[in-house]
Amino acid sequence: MTNNLLEIRDLHKSYGAVEVLKGVDCTMQQGDVVSIIGSSGSGKTTMLRCINMLEEFQGGTIRIDGQAIGYDVVNGQRRRKSEREIARQRALTGMAFQQFNLFPHMTAVANVMLGLVKVKKMSRDEARTLAETWLDRVGLRERAEHYPGQLSGGQQQRVAIARAIAMNPKLMLFDEVTSALDPELVNEVLQVIKSLAQDGMSMLLVTHEMRFAYEVSNRVIFMNQGRIGEEGNPREMFHKPQTERLAEFLKSSTFN
Amino acid sequence: MNYTLNFSAVWRSFDLLLEGLALSLALAFAAIAIGCVVGLITAFGLISKNGFLRRPAGIYVTIIRNTPILVLILFTYFALPQMGVRLGKIESFIFTLAIYSGAYLAEVFRGGLLAIPPGLREAGLAIGLTNMQIRTSIITPLMLRNVLPSLGSTIISLFKDTSLAAAIAVPELTFEARKINVETFRVIETWIVASCLYVATCSILAALMRAVERRLAIVR
Ligand SMILES: Nc1ncnc2c1ncn2[C@@H]1O[C@H](COP(=O)(O)OP(=O)(O)O)[C@@H](O)[C@H]1O
Ligand SMILES: [Mg+2]
Repeated sequence: MTNNLLEIRDLHKSYGAVEVLKGVDCTMQQGDVVSIIGSSGSGKTTMLRCINMLEEFQGGTIRIDGQAIGYDVVNGQRRRKSEREIARQRALTGMAFQQFNLFPHMTAVANVMLGLVKVKKMSRDEARTLAETWLDRVGLRERAEHYPGQLSGGQQQRVAIARAIAMNPKLMLFDEVTSALDPELVNEVLQVIKSLAQDGMSMLLVTHEMRFAYEVSNRVIFMNQGRIGEEGNPREMFHKPQTERLAEFLKSSTFN
Repeated sequence: MNYTLNFSAVWRSFDLLLEGLALSLALAFAAIAIGCVVGLITAFGLISKNGFLRRPAGIYVTIIRNTPILVLILFTYFALPQMGVRLGKIESFIFTLAIYSGAYLAEVFRGGLLAIPPGLREAGLAIGLTNMQIRTSIITPLMLRNVLPSLGSTIISLFKDTSLAAAIAVPELTFEARKINVETFRVIETWIVASCLYVATCSILAALMRAVERRLAIVR
């Protein structure tokens, strides 16, 4: 047992014959805000998706609060855990996606309530109260009865964040949650994430918003071709990159 | 042609036609209800990555869709008893139409399932839902909304297929019409009235389906 919130050791992941994660190590403590940056195709999304078993991985271990995620080792044989157990482990993390992925046939509040009722087994009344509290927290209380189709992209993403956070995860995963948004809607979403970070939520976020990564995170990871190219505190990373690769990457991205 | 239409004989037996229509509707309702369950399970089989689920589902759909429904009706009613499965006329027909509609509905549902963005399932998984909970709370409700327009015409066509139950003397609308035809010799009148009853019923079914569609439409 360790007291690390997240502990990734030598993570390997392939799609068929193509290895996209080539031995990733990463540790996070409770309350850490870690940004993952790196060029497109470097494996950032894949890394997040392995943490909540949306992707299988072939080598290494991922632990959350000491629990091995996704696989057991029985007599030296690596075995995928039961679907029920994996579903339970997925609730340890919350995830917000680039495309929001709200359930289009449900109102905002029903989107947030679904997991509370079905997974946390709350009564509908309890779930509604909690869901409304979280919608309020992301500034959308008066939109509770709106359907996703009636909300702007920024509002949808905030509902999606509320839906994930309401489940009380130990760790939030954000995968480029502002990439699909019109520029004028980016800020409202970043503000929500920032305020959650200030409240002590542990989070691992993939982002192209360098200014945001700089301000919000206490550590930055630079992914490069399926490996961690460089990692450190944001000030050192952005001002004194140690590797040529990172320097190039930073030059090519807008730090506005 | 010196034929004067005279509906009075048909009107005298109109009760019989209505009883027949009621039975037609009951047959269709029972068969489609079972067929929806069969079709839904089969549709999930058809899109499964697991060959042990996908192949049997595919074989079932292929066999049923390539056999005329009349042959299926006669097979169930005449051949199954030889193999030790004895069903009454009505049960036999409902069974056949259920199996038949299951295959057609499976294809309709499959199309609706394929139109659902995979990200929604992943969002469900990410909040800790099991695959079964995702199917019942997210995938199936969305699939049904996707397929409502084509589901309506499939249901209407399955309702019309109940007329084939006359072949095994189930007293539904077509069977009763034929009886009246034989007893009264009012051939034209009988079949005009029977056709009108089918048309009226199908129009009402279509209107009901459109109402459901509007009621369930996803707000955009
Ligand atoms: N489902 C998939 N099947 C095959 N290859 C994939 C799949 N998803 C991602 N990849 C590949 O894996 C690599 C890493 O992808 P990804 O993790 O999405 O990168 P990033 O998020 O850093 O842009 C890319 O080369 C991508 O083409
Ligand atoms: Mg990505």
